This record gives sequence, C-alpha cells and structure tokens, in this order.
Amino acid sequence: MTTTIPLPQRYSWQKFLPIVLPPLIVLVLVLVVWQILCSGSNPRLPAPITIIRESWHLIVNPFFDKGGTNKGLGLQVIESLRRVAIGYALASVVGVSIGILVGTNQLINRGVDPFFQVLRTVPPLAWLPIALAGFRQAETSAIFVIFITAIWPILINTSVGVQQVPQDYRNVSRILRLNRWEYFWTILLPASAPYIFTGMRIAAGLSWLAIVAAEMLTGGVGIGFFIWDAWNSSRVTDIIIALIYVGMVGLLLDRLVFYASKLIVQSEE
Amino acid sequence: MQSLPLPAPPQSPVELPFLELRDVSKYYPTPKGNYTVLQGVNLSVKSGEFVSIIGHSGCGKTTLLNLVAGFTRPSQGFVSLENQRITAPGPDRMVVFQNYSLLPWLTAYENIHLGVKSVYRPQNETERRQVRQIVEEHLELVGLTDAAHKKPKQLSGGMKQRVAIARALAMRPQILLLDEPFGALDPITREELQDELLGIWERTKVTVLMITHDVDEAIYLSDRIVMMTNGPSATIGEILTIPFAHPRNRARLTEDPQFFTLRNQCLSFLYERFALDIDHD
Repeated sequence: MTTTIPLPQRYSWQKFLPIVLPPLIVLVLVLVVWQILCSGSNPRLPAPITIIRESWHLIVNPFFDKGGTNKGLGLQVIESLRRVAIGYALASVVGVSIGILVGTNQLINRGVDPFFQVLRTVPPLAWLPIALAGFRQAETSAIFVIFITAIWPILINTSVGVQQVPQDYRNVSRILRLNRWEYFWTILLPASAPYIFTGMRIAAGLSWLAIVAAEMLTGGVGIGFFIWDAWNSSRVTDIIIALIYVGMVGLLLDRLVFYASKLIVQSEE
Repeated sequence: MQSLPLPAPPQSPVELPFLELRDVSKYYPTPKGNYTVLQGVNLSVKSGEFVSIIGHSGCGKTTLLNLVAGFTRPSQGFVSLENQRITAPGPDRMVVFQNYSLLPWLTAYENIHLGVKSVYRPQNETERRQVRQIVEEHLELVGLTDAAHKKPKQLSGGMKQRVAIARALAMRPQILLLDEPFGALDPITREELQDELLGIWERTKVTVLMITHDVDEAIYLSDRIVMMTNGPSATIGEILTIPFAHPRNRARLTEDPQFFTLRNQCLSFLYERFALDIDHD
C-alpha cells in the first residue's frame, strides 16, 4: 500500500506561477509602451486608458440588444459563430464524403485532384462576388464563403488519410473478409481519423478568418460588420475591443476542435 | 478411382495432403524480364504438424507464406488446403504478423471479437453470447483476461503478440501462419512466448507454418524445418525432421546431444552451404 502525502497549498502556486507570470509581464509592458506612444494631445490611435473609457459600455455589457445591428459584442460574435457553424458543418460532411471517395478511387482522384489543387488556393473573399451573383442573398453568400474556405483542408486531408491506411490493416480486413460496410467503420474511418481532424482544425481557423472578412462586405449583425461599421463611424476604440473578441474566439475554436479530436482519436495517444 | 496425371487439379478425387504446395513458382514481371522469387517449391504438410521455414533474408520465405495466406497467387503450380485451391485470403488461414497488426483503436477484447465475429457471423443473441465466450476463453488462454479492455498502445510487445495469437486461435483456423512472430521481442519475452505457443500447440494440435530466423526456436517448436536456398529463384534446399517427442522441455532439450547435431546441421546449411555472399550484392 502507498500512503498519500497531502501536498502543501503552496505547491500548486509554484507550478502555476511560471506559466502565468511571463505573459502577464509581457501584457503589462505592451500596455505601458502603448499608453506612452499614444499619449499625445491628438493621437492617431487611442491609448489603452482611452479605449477603456470610451468603450466601457461594450466591455461591461456584451449582451445588450437595442434592435437592428446595435447589439453587444457577445451577440455579434454568436451571430458570426452561427454562420461559421452552418458553413463549417456543411464543409465537414461534404469534405469528408468526397475525401473518402477521392481517396479510395484512384481514377476519380486523378481526375479531380488538379482542380482541387487550383481551387484551394483561391482566397476566400474572391468567392464572395460569385456567391452573391449566384445566391442573390448576403446571408447565404457569407455561409457559402465559409463552406468553400473550410472544405479544401478537410477534403484533401481526408483523401490523404484514406490513402495512408497501413497495408497491415488492409491485410487483416482481407483475412477476416470484412464487407465494405465493416471495412469502412472498423478500419478506414478510424485509421484516417487523425488526418480528418487535422484538416478540420485547419478549416476551423480558416473559417473564422473568412467570416470576419466576409461580414464586412455582406453587412448585417455579426462581428465583421460591427468592425466595419465602427470604422465608418470613427469608433476606433470599439474596433480594438472587437479585435480582442475575434482573437479570443479564434483561439477557443481551435482549442475546441483540438480537444474534440483528442477525445475521439484517443487510441492514437 | 480414376487416376490422373500429376499435377492433379485440386478438385480431383485423388486425396491431396492437408496443405500441399506443388511445383510452385512465383515471379514478378520487371522491365528486364521476370524476376523469379520462388522456383519449383514442393511441400506437403500433414494436419496437426508444426513446420518452420528458415532461410536468409530475401529467400522468399514471406512470399511462400503469402501464397499460403492467399495474399498472392503462384505464377505456376498450385497451393491447396484440404483439397481446395487457395485463391484468396480467408479466416481459415489466420496470419500472426511480426508487427502484431492489431487495430490500435480497438481494445484487446475488441480486436479478438472482430476476428471471431467475422468467422461465425452471429445472427441471434445466443450466438452472440457464444462469440463473447470464445473471446473470453482465448484471452484466458494467453493469460490476458485482466488486460482485456486495454488498447494495444497500453500493452507491451509480448502482450500485443499474445493478443494477436489469441485472435488467430479464436478464429479456429485450419492452419496458423506465423510470420517471424517473436522477431520483435526481447529474448526473455521471446522464450516465454515460445513456451506458451508450444503449450497451446500441444493442447490444440493446430497445424502451424512458421517463418523464423532463429535456429533454436525452430528446433524447439517444430516437427520439421524447411530450409530455403538463397534467392532469387529460391527453393527448398533441405527438410530436417525433428524427432523429439512432445511435450518438450526446453532445459532437457538443450542438454540433448541430438539437439546440437540438429543445430549444427541447420547452421552449416545456412552459413556454409548457403552463406550470403555479401560481395556479390
């Protein structure tokens, strides 16, 4: 039997401090330098203290709703995330399906791969005019931009993953005479899952980048248009608060997909 | 009975040995003509026999095993098991691979279960229960009941190979094909698993075809040792019969002067008559 020695309270702090302290010091330093640089009589960009003073209502109240596009940043972000969720979910379903098809069929792969390689390099916003022409609707077009941005990394990673299924596993399935359905669920999908999730993680980051840009052009409620609207109304302090939101949400999205993949692909650990 | 000229087609009324390789050649087409891996291999294995195949790297041992497993087909001649010509892989010829080939996303239990399920294809709850029972019995057979719900990553090399052996045996194959099964293990685990395999074989009398590099292992386990000449165009050079009775005991065996005679015969075949001429490569 082993006896457990209760750890002193100090112990957790000793572990915690070296992780938290360095970024905290950097943050304070940046804020101080920023404050000094932007402290003239009429600075081009607002200093931190000015931002807090002028955009206080945005900071303390993320969920106010005064109708139209005049909503708190929390609500703006939720609206943007809703568009991302729809476009990203569609891209995942379509991307994984086509990726598996392309990865398992050499002939189809040869036929479509050159086009995928070209299409994936098209910047997300370049799709917007085409989408607007086709859908004649800002909302659908914004979602389409997310879809077309997110689909390439998912599709290409899935097809690579499917092609990388080790020969050993294929041999096992041949001996066991697994039918197509069993092979798909017990071997193909689990073996390519790490690749699929890598694609999905890249896609999540790109989707968030694309939505902010797309919303600037399509308008309506959403963090992208909020930034554009604030610029047109010369509310520079609001833009900076919004940018902090965009960054935090982007990080959260990335972590979310990362932990989801860890949970599902635990066997690889 | 009608008599047919040899080689007889496998469906003939002429009774073939349990496992039969007759005039088997295997070559692969290359731009410079055919590359012959195996040339004119003839081998008959009786039911319940333990046969080892030994030879240098590149002598076509694995090709030979793949032919029996059904992964590849002979370019000439035929391979038959119980009068049936082998044309494709099947669960009646389960392979235990050197790298275990367990599915890493399934637990030890699930890996074995997948194999057993694919053989029996249970249709109702009674049959499903029987399948689960077979899985549990075989986990117990290799002493891994406690590790049933661990994933391969959590198991040592020896334990992984135990799971692979349990999976193979649980499928009740007509012949067990072992491809250097203990090659990746440390010497102590290797001996442990050899003892276990021998024990299992002595109880179940399953027919075994094993590839190995290890002369001692081959003598300890086998009824016969097939020694291959060097490739290309490798063939069976000599077949050595191991006369020791079962059950065998490692300690007693290694003190037997006959063991050394056999060992020397094997070694002289490998390192004198068919030594690898490195300068030639």
